[in-house]
Amino acid sequence: MTDAHWIPLDMLLAALLLGLGWASVATRDLKRGVALFIALGLLLAVTWARLRAPDLAMAEAAIGAGIAGALLLAALRDEDRAVLPDAPIGGPRLWLLNLFCIGLAGAVGWGLLDAMAGSDGIRLAEVAGDHIPDSGVSNPVTAVLLNFRAYDTLLELAVVLAAVLGVLSLGPARPGFERAGPVLGGLVRWLSPLLIVTAGYLLWVGAHAPGGAFQAGAMLAAAAVLLRLGGRADAGLPAPGALRWLLVAGIAVFLVVGLAVIAPDRAFLQYPQGWAGGLILLIEAAATLSIAVALALAYTGGRPPGWETAGRLSASPSRREGQ
Amino acid sequence: MSEVLAIVLIAAGLLFFAAGSIGLLRLPDMHSRLHALTKADNLGLGLLAGGVALFAGSLAIALQLLLIWLLVLVASAASAHLISQHALRRGRGQ
Amino acid sequence: MLPQEIIFGLTGVGLFVIGLRGVMLHVSALARILAINVCGAGVFLVFVTVAYRGLGERPDPVPLALVLTGIVVAVSATALALALARRLQEGGDE
Repeated sequence: MTDAHWIPLDMLLAALLLGLGWASVATRDLKRGVALFIALGLLLAVTWARLRAPDLAMAEAAIGAGIAGALLLAALRDEDRAVLPDAPIGGPRLWLLNLFCIGLAGAVGWGLLDAMAGSDGIRLAEVAGDHIPDSGVSNPVTAVLLNFRAYDTLLELAVVLAAVLGVLSLGPARPGFERAGPVLGGLVRWLSPLLIVTAGYLLWVGAHAPGGAFQAGAMLAAAAVLLRLGGRADAGLPAPGALRWLLVAGIAVFLVVGLAVIAPDRAFLQYPQGWAGGLILLIEAAATLSIAVALALAYTGGRPPGWETAGRLSASPSRREGQ
Repeated sequence: MSEVLAIVLIAAGLLFFAAGSIGLLRLPDMHSRLHALTKADNLGLGLLAGGVALFAGSLAIALQLLLIWLLVLVASAASAHLISQHALRRGRGQ
Repeated sequence: MLPQEIIFGLTGVGLFVIGLRGVMLHVSALARILAINVCGAGVFLVFVTVAYRGLGERPDPVPLALVLTGIVVAVSATALALALARRLQEGGDE
């Protein structure tokens, strides 16, 4: 089986992707649009699997389709108008817009194909591949994420924290759901422990097989979303005091490890020989907890009750706010 | 031999998926559509998983696929129940 | 150049432009956030296509790591955007 044999299926996959993308953006009913977007995310996960990126496939299914879809659906609850009005642009301006889009697609597509065809540039794949045995893990993506480009991952955890801080500072959490009936309640009761165990497994296996901290964190966040849907407004998260520590745990452990390994012959985040595997697992464990808490808090939409704030928000309706 | 059986299973699974999709498009109201989707798609998935397990050839992968199928069964059964319960509460049969 | 690079690369560009058109056309914040996510999906597809080396070889792990990071950041940014939109809606226009 060569790549040439796959061409018909790949064209079908590409057509489906484009069709789903178009349908999810062009529809007037937002609920349908979100449902189509979730389907697009799942099809994208299949595409990642086709393109030999299983870590990405797991992350896309869990985070890109699952958590993002849950976020959009939760936001739809607040939306007054779930059916969009007619587009404000009509007639000739719409045609101009369409022409611009087609032109942009043509130009960027041509540029992309030209760049891919004449690729004499420096590619890091060979350099990375040569050093994977020294990196402490055997999964190449994990090696790149937590060893070769660890600084980027540290900054990415900081970006996630900044986004969650923004969500937390914008207001209290959305109201929860009513207590679940026997079917959903039973499902939640059985799935939550399974999700936690799976998260632990994904964290461990990420060193030598597809998996890792992001996928594990997404599993835990999915458990939190399930718990919230089953009626627990706090989504199974601990009290706000412990919550703050969990939020910063990933960045904190990363920084501590990075600073602790500094030596006369080693730079920031340059793991010593032989320690890399253990340090990577330690950092990933902390990052899993941070990502899980961050995504769960993002899903609840704001500050959990009991979270103390320094100031008072004047425009918000009356709610119990700490001083 | 096992490859032929695997291909037969996968083809049967695809048939059931097609039946479920046709049911989704052609059946009159929501409850019958839910019925078709849940039953046909899950059976199709089970057959597909069986075929893939035969191709994979290892017991570990076959057990993992079985677990995946059971999880999908549970999730889709719960989803179908919730959707139809919600629809009944809202008084819609369409 | 592999045929998959052409197929999926152009699909990625197509998804990006579809999302961009949605951002420019829609007025509702939620619809625009949805369209931006479709843009993001297109960008990720371009990255992964660049990383693809064919069925026989392992892909280039560096763009894959970037996309993995990107997926998580995109969802966090979506959450922030949704919280901002909700706050704007609660506060009323202006």
